[in-house]
Amino acid sequence: MQQTFFFQAMVYLASAVITVPIAKKLGLGSVLGYLLAGIIIGPAGLEFIGQEGTDIMHFAEFGVVIMLFVIGLELEPSRLWHLRKSILGMGGVQVGATSLVVAGLAILFGIDWKQALALGMIASLSSTAIVLQSLNEKGLMKTAAGQSSFAVLLFQDIAVIPMLALFPLLASDTNVPVVEGGHSHTTLVDSLPAWLQPFVVLGSVAAIIAVGRYATPPLFRIIARTGMREMFTATALLLVVGIAVLMTTVGLSPALGTFLAGVVLANSEYRHELESDIDPFKGLLLGLFFIAVGASIDFQLVMANPGLILSLVLGIMACKLIVLFLLGKSFSLSNNQNSIFSFGLSQVGEFAFVLFSFSLQEGILSKEITDMMTAVVAISMAFTPLVMLLNEKLMLPRLTVKQDEPEKESDLVEQDNPVIIAGYGHFGSTIGRFLQANNVQATVLDSNSDNVDYLRRMGFNVFYGDASRHDLLEIAGAARAKVIVIAIGDEAKRLELIETIKKHFPELHILVRSTNRYDAYDLMNAGMLHIYRETLDTSLRVGVDALTLLGYRAHEANRSAKTFFIHDERTLKRLSAIRNDDEYVHAVRETQSELEQILQADRTAESLRVDEGWDEGSLIAENNELVK
Amino acid sequence: MARILIQFAHPALSKSQVHRVLIDYCRNQKNVTVNDLYESYPDMFIDVDREQKLVLQNDIILFQFPLYWYSSPAIIKQWFDLVLEHNWAYGSRGNALAGKKMGCIISCGGGPDTYLPTGRNHYPVDQFLLPFEQTARLCKMQYLPPFVVYGTFHITKEVIRQSGEQYQTILSALANDRLNALNYQEATYFNELLPDLQTVGQV
Repeated sequence: MQQTFFFQAMVYLASAVITVPIAKKLGLGSVLGYLLAGIIIGPAGLEFIGQEGTDIMHFAEFGVVIMLFVIGLELEPSRLWHLRKSILGMGGVQVGATSLVVAGLAILFGIDWKQALALGMIASLSSTAIVLQSLNEKGLMKTAAGQSSFAVLLFQDIAVIPMLALFPLLASDTNVPVVEGGHSHTTLVDSLPAWLQPFVVLGSVAAIIAVGRYATPPLFRIIARTGMREMFTATALLLVVGIAVLMTTVGLSPALGTFLAGVVLANSEYRHELESDIDPFKGLLLGLFFIAVGASIDFQLVMANPGLILSLVLGIMACKLIVLFLLGKSFSLSNNQNSIFSFGLSQVGEFAFVLFSFSLQEGILSKEITDMMTAVVAISMAFTPLVMLLNEKLMLPRLTVKQDEPEKESDLVEQDNPVIIAGYGHFGSTIGRFLQANNVQATVLDSNSDNVDYLRRMGFNVFYGDASRHDLLEIAGAARAKVIVIAIGDEAKRLELIETIKKHFPELHILVRSTNRYDAYDLMNAGMLHIYRETLDTSLRVGVDALTLLGYRAHEANRSAKTFFIHDERTLKRLSAIRNDDEYVHAVRETQSELEQILQADRTAESLRVDEGWDEGSLIAENNELVK
Repeated sequence: MARILIQFAHPALSKSQVHRVLIDYCRNQKNVTVNDLYESYPDMFIDVDREQKLVLQNDIILFQFPLYWYSSPAIIKQWFDLVLEHNWAYGSRGNALAGKKMGCIISCGGGPDTYLPTGRNHYPVDQFLLPFEQTARLCKMQYLPPFVVYGTFHITKEVIRQSGEQYQTILSALANDRLNALNYQEATYFNELLPDLQTVGQV
């Protein structure tokens, strides 16, 4: 058993590791890579996986659930409210119109109206997984097309629930035999009296909101304080899995439940950390899901009626595309945005598989139809990356040239702050306050959860997380920020963070705090240009006040301090250049000899001469000579 | 060709209308170096060595600034105090600047009529610039007549643009040594020389 599990895991991982990078390299996108991997290892190819493909698909659908959680995390409730028109308007019209058009055509081809309506509704759904993954990969999520796609997909996900409720009514008493077996769809709720059911459903939604809002932040705080990252990941997963279980129990879509939880948690300080912890699971499970879709394409069936299947695929996609394009037009999407939107959503989605098996059990559709349609849906999903690529390469260049209408303002604008401050203790918070006083917003990362909690209650925009992780930096907007201030107190952590930034975000300007001269040398070796010794300015201010108390004029003492400051920075640079590694060994002696060197440099420094323009000595001397 | 150094001083450039445009007109000029003093020395701590080197590398030093309280913004005065050292810029052994040209490019809020004996400011602008003129003389430099943009309290975009173009003409004339063909020492303001400069340019 274990043997087969490892072997299976190896096959899936190997196929993905080989095909996905190749597909990416060829510009096909990762989704197509996974689908190809599935086809290759599936029954049609190397036959590594057979019938269990569909089981894996059910398991991998959990990837979609996690994905909606992550999407929810990025959508604050206020932004969701902004999107309400697009979700209800575009989504509603899309599902309604596509269902009717496809159903109408099916009736024309002589299919019973009940079956036709079921097929229409199934066909109106698109693939959340494929579309969002592809749009994300192309960086199109923030565009008008991305936002519209998201709104429509969200509505579709919600629409599945009434569809499941509606389908039993479509069960015809005529010719289709009811297939027994499969997994039963009786849920806990079904066993309750009818009047109680809506309350249970509403109650669980309310429970998710209440738990997300009030129970999870303290829980995460406790977990974060343990300092064990894997516990944080485990808690995040537990949250998602728990919601999925709850939702399935009451008969709601798990994806919808986790999405809701994500939205509730979008305002919390743990959002970035949650997102980066969950992200790898999302990616892998979605990948598995795409592989399963690829593997589930029944090529024997396809080969038996290639013409019929192909025309069904193209016909349905064309129907969807036309409806979507008209919809985009009426919601005033510009032409090129509209083509991304309508080509992108033209496939039939993964919910179709669920609805097919459901309608098979309910006796709505016959086995021949669902088998054939399953292949059609899988192929349409596989076509999607190709269609999007085609649109990108052929349609968009033409549309973009004559584009003159202004692009629709995106409803959802990610807060891209120009500054990231890593470490928000006394050092970092002063910087943050100063920037805020000048109306510059900063994204703040801090790994002290107590600190984060307190600052957030004070109304600061602070997130919990270890800044040296590149995924967290990515989410904090490091790719778009201009400046990062490293104000962390831990020297080793700072160097780690610098390495990460240099590797992943080379464009970012780095301003870094340093503890002392020796730390500053290390930072210089790491290639830092902007280094701020945390004690230098303060010590000099003390020196100035000491001089003033001794009777020096304040202005002169101040200028002298500034001169000393510049001189000291120069000495630091010079000494860092002549330092060698052996000296590290004798740290104590080195400190001694270095202080000597510094004092020597002070004594002979040409750069310490100051303000000679205000010195009248030479003038007086010259005048005296003239008098003589 | 002569090399020109523009010593530019505006303590709040983001609030300026005139100088932002003027400075744009000289940014990409050949042989012109713009030294933005408030940007280089935000705490008025002038690097004397650097400034002296810059001055030595150029033949013509222009001070560009808005007239505040009948004089320059503080950093220009600080610059004179600290950079023009005895026995470097002046004094028996101070010949570093000898033979160079120096001038002022200024803007003032009031119109030309306010700088008349009958006007609010009572004296003409060139008299307020006497310290510059005499400093040039003490450092053995030739003092150029000042270029003045008047009336910035009520100035239009069009006039600012014209002033920018005039500034450009002046800079190119200075860079190409075309000024010596004119009797520039007779002029009180550079503005008077502009029509002649254009004809000289045609030749």
